[in-house]
Amino acid sequence: MSINKVVRDADEAIRDIESGATLMLGGFGLCGIPENCIAAIVRKGIGNLTCISNNAGVDDFGIGLLLQQKQVKKMISSYVGENAEFERQLLSGELEVELVPQGTLATRCMAAGYGMPAVYLLAGVGTEVAEGKETRVFNGREYLLEYAFEAGFSIVKAWKGDTQGNLIFRETARNFNPIMAMAGKVTIAEVEELVPAGTLDPGHIHTPGIYVHRIFQGAGYEKRIEQRTIRKR
Amino acid sequence: MALNKEQIARRIAQELRDGYYVNLGIGIPTLVANYIPEGINVVLQSENGLLGMGPFPYEGEEDPDLINAGKQTITTVPGSAFFDSAMSFGMIRAGKVDLTVLGAMEVADNGDIANWKIPGKMVKGMGGAMDLVAAARNIIVAMQHTNPKGESKLLPACTLPLTGIRCVKKIVSDLGVFDITEEGFRCIEHAPGVTIEEIRAKTAGRLVIADDVREMAFA
Repeated sequence: MSINKVVRDADEAIRDIESGATLMLGGFGLCGIPENCIAAIVRKGIGNLTCISNNAGVDDFGIGLLLQQKQVKKMISSYVGENAEFERQLLSGELEVELVPQGTLATRCMAAGYGMPAVYLLAGVGTEVAEGKETRVFNGREYLLEYAFEAGFSIVKAWKGDTQGNLIFRETARNFNPIMAMAGKVTIAEVEELVPAGTLDPGHIHTPGIYVHRIFQGAGYEKRIEQRTIRKR
Repeated sequence: MALNKEQIARRIAQELRDGYYVNLGIGIPTLVANYIPEGINVVLQSENGLLGMGPFPYEGEEDPDLINAGKQTITTVPGSAFFDSAMSFGMIRAGKVDLTVLGAMEVADNGDIANWKIPGKMVKGMGGAMDLVAAARNIIVAMQHTNPKGESKLLPACTLPLTGIRCVKKIVSDLGVFDITEEGFRCIEHAPGVTIEEIRAKTAGRLVIADDVREMAFA
């Protein structure tokens, strides 16, 4: 088979992402974020980015690193707390922000991955989220027309992947990763363990390789915990 | 005496029924999990992609890949399942989650809720709250009855940007339990030692007192 999706590292994977690009970035909080690719984007120094991601990281990790370097023009997110620099840039007007209900964010990614231009959703009816949106009544309830996202690149993090681009996610590090993997024009997957095709059980694949264009085994995962909560023995 | 946070959580836990799928928001709602009554089995949904959320892990057993929607490290219980964010909100939207408990900055006497933004001051985002309140069949709000200045948070109309409209079914505050009805807030229970006069004084929205209003009981 002549498909060659495997790239050496994050720098090679993001080589053609230019300033002004729209990126989808997987993860929930700091859980399941593409650490290697974010670091590579910081190194590359491109700017004016539009980032679609549920959160914006924390001040010194995740997408927070891109914000620190002022590489982001616009964030499309559902929740941006826990990030003082983000809040500062938002309130000062340096950063454009579109806040989207979390389920709407997920479903707009899903719609893109399923080839659907738009969907009708309940979330936000009667709130400022509804302003300027087309509505339609079904069974006596009003819904908002929400459009599928368009992103040049989706950047996701998986637990295991194979050389065909098939992906398996671990626990709640799955979150937005599989639906974003389906949604981008070019999807880049970084994985903790890259294995030869045929190694993973086909019945256990979460994201079929058809959606993944580039894959590499990441290095040095920090997997930082945002809220370490424990109980006494 | 007004209730403390744990007591609010304990009272809300009495609303749980065997077999419920429940989504608990951040803050006081999270504490409800500590007071699930004996003999009641519920499955906790965490909207970042888990059914069957368990307690916090023991020290040294934290797993960065296993968190709840508040980004706290957690565990799973036997029979749990993981899924992606689209499926998570799919099950919420389709009405599969029986009960949602969340916090609020303001609730109006028609069931409107505001809990995500204070213009010019605090913008953290709505997270999953707008999706949950739009879709959940039963929504209970856990909240303080008044703000730190002593002003009522149970209002004739919300002053802050709305999270959802006409969706709250019940409020458990530090002063009592209130159903949202056509006539406004209907006080069905008062906290031990809290008078109806105090509740009247601290409720700005329309308030009716149930004929059979009683003192809150803790099992």
